[in-house]
Amino acid sequence: MTVSYNTKGNLFWITFCIKIATIKHLIFMILRIIFATTIAFGFSIMPDDPFEAYSEDVPGVDLPIAFVPVTGGTFDMGSPDHEAGRKPDEGPVHKVTVDDFWMAKYEITWEQYESFVYRQIAKDKFAANERLQALGIDGVSGATPPYVEMSFGMGKDGYPAVNVTQYAAIMFCKWLSASTGKFYRIPTEAEWEYACRAGTNTMYSFGDDASLIDEYAVYKSNSNRKYAKIGTKKPNPWGLYDMHGNVAEWTMDQYSADTYKKSKKKNPWVKPDKLYPRVARGGAWNQEADQLRSAARLPSESKWKQRDPQLPKSRWWLTNAPFVGIRVIRPRVEPPAKEINEFWLNPIEDYGQ
Amino acid sequence: MKNLTINEEITRRSFVKGSTLAASGLMTGALGITSSAFAAGSDTLKLAVIGCGGRGTGAVRQALNADEGVKLVAMADAFKDRLDNCFSTLSEVFDKKRLAVKDDAKFTGFNAYKEAIDMADVVIIATPPGFRPEHFEYAVNQGKHIFAEKPMATDVPGIRRVLASAKKAKEKNLNVVVGLQRHYQHNYRELYKRLQNGEIGDIVSGQVYWNGAGVWVRKREAGQTELEYQMRNWYYFNWLCGDHILEQHIHNIDVANWFIGETPISAQGMGGREVRKGPDHGQIFDHHFVEFVYPSGAVISSQCRHIQGCMNRVSETFQGTKGSVYASGDGDGWMKRRDGSSIYQHDGSNDLTPYQIEHNEMFASIRKGGVISNAEYGANSTMTAILGRMATYSGKLITWEEAMTSQKVLVPPSSELSWNGKAPVSPDADGNYPVPVPGQFEVL
Repeated sequence: MTVSYNTKGNLFWITFCIKIATIKHLIFMILRIIFATTIAFGFSIMPDDPFEAYSEDVPGVDLPIAFVPVTGGTFDMGSPDHEAGRKPDEGPVHKVTVDDFWMAKYEITWEQYESFVYRQIAKDKFAANERLQALGIDGVSGATPPYVEMSFGMGKDGYPAVNVTQYAAIMFCKWLSASTGKFYRIPTEAEWEYACRAGTNTMYSFGDDASLIDEYAVYKSNSNRKYAKIGTKKPNPWGLYDMHGNVAEWTMDQYSADTYKKSKKKNPWVKPDKLYPRVARGGAWNQEADQLRSAARLPSESKWKQRDPQLPKSRWWLTNAPFVGIRVIRPRVEPPAKEINEFWLNPIEDYGQ
Repeated sequence: MKNLTINEEITRRSFVKGSTLAASGLMTGALGITSSAFAAGSDTLKLAVIGCGGRGTGAVRQALNADEGVKLVAMADAFKDRLDNCFSTLSEVFDKKRLAVKDDAKFTGFNAYKEAIDMADVVIIATPPGFRPEHFEYAVNQGKHIFAEKPMATDVPGIRRVLASAKKAKEKNLNVVVGLQRHYQHNYRELYKRLQNGEIGDIVSGQVYWNGAGVWVRKREAGQTELEYQMRNWYYFNWLCGDHILEQHIHNIDVANWFIGETPISAQGMGGREVRKGPDHGQIFDHHFVEFVYPSGAVISSQCRHIQGCMNRVSETFQGTKGSVYASGDGDGWMKRRDGSSIYQHDGSNDLTPYQIEHNEMFASIRKGGVISNAEYGANSTMTAILGRMATYSGKLITWEEAMTSQKVLVPPSSELSWNGKAPVSPDADGNYPVPVPGQFEVL
């Protein structure tokens, strides 16, 4: 895709504001001019896509990813001491602000993920070079096919991809970004929780009544020992499905039990520099209800690759985590390439234990 | 005479140099001798790895994890780059005390295995399956304990050679663990025990699967000789790999043999190349379906597929006279009565990986002078998969008995292989390799 700047819109706003020059509008006009200047200097780029729901094609497969807009805001991240089932790593509750983003309505399915694993997309099918540069992409590593069957017999058509490493989830996003020219990535832990809560402060986005969980989530008691197809339960208030349960979802963050004691207030992200533990969120089909709470954090472990007999262990596949999958987001404002580059994490070899 | 030979070997190899021996250990008894007992911790066990790919490297790691007294002393691979990668990877995990491989103990080429095996007490054999009979036979002849990856051969003459060596290994009280790791996995062991208890009666039928999307492919690179290309992309050449019905699906077929307690009397089936037809995929089929008939009358359906976008399943299910049993390499497993009620449900989420268990048990057995003998069932399960391949390649019903007489040799001796020499199979003018056509292809 090509990026066009909002120049026309800005001019319109300037004229409009002068016409009805109240103080309020003047301030707004000034802000708008500052914003336009920022764009002109290339600090920030805002594609003119309207901030509304849309579908993105996945190359090689006729299964687009549906996105919904999540308007940013400030929320209480973490859970209060008195919340049932709460763990110490969920506190202290602290105010966090996140920017606007689009989030995929559903978890990424096997068909979508395998298009990345198995289908070679010709380089000329990627976005134009200038777009790739803007996205900090000079190449996309291809996942290696797994030796064993990674759905563990739970099904693939319409089912969420699992047993993928965080690196693989990020590389899937990089591949999708290279193909579409838009910046896709997995959410930060803060973005994930903000979207999961959808304006709520309760244990779940449907309230504190755990007895309602059957309507909203696939988890240990109702899963019959396997994941379900995406979207079989009710969505959260912002139209996102399976945020609680089905499969846990990778976030961009390194895990530590005391993350929240030193969190940044705005768009926090703990960039990983160690392979383990990193954070997955939302709980899964094999977990109890309390592990599906909005604030519950799931740290990754080396044993998620326990059955990988090779050395080094696979960068791409987990052998013991049929409960971890992918959800994709797209920031509304595309950051500069340098910032985007921070998100394309380098692989760390896994020598197991 | 036999005993004398082994005694001489033991003396020569100084197995017991100055060590305290476990009472059950090395002493020669009335029935002969145990080949090798090593007091726990106090004796060094010298390890060699033959085949330094990802799996061989992983197996060294598991061996060194299993027993603190194990030191890697020698390495062998056809390719220097693979060997060097293996060593540098291991160096990330272990120090020089455990990786005691001097530069002159890193052997490359087709005959490198001999020198490496000679230096060791215990040998890991993780080369492509076609070489297994030759490498295994040599290691047994040299009196080494062995961890051998599956399968044990790619052709019937290779099977006969492995069976003969297996017998010899037993006589020499050598420990031989074969990488059919389901035998070392908790869910399988628990279900097997329950089968033995008769909890679902006798097995009358079963379905075993390895239906996946396929494995790695290595592209031809400029400057490679034909033989080097085949060795790099070995999965797709029958002399090296034996087709995926053997290299991969053997795991599931092996469970059928193990759980039923028999090997088949005949097989018939079908298969072909439906999707993967190009030279990159060499000679092997992308799907096989075989019916194996067992002496007890049990019939096992075996499916394996390497095609993307189809149903995936890797597991084994069997029906008994009183119920059914299901198991999978991912750690799941259950047993049910005919009315559907549960007898047993396994939770494998915290089970130790069988890849580690197989090494733990092998080294424990070596230490206490025990004998683990997996080579015979390893060879029989290999033969069962080869029988299935014969059935799908020929389109005919093949009996075990006639298959066992096959003189078709797929693998030349290592001594006849050289990088610039002729490869065992050759591509045609378009780069395509010969592929079996059912109804026409001779397998016997």
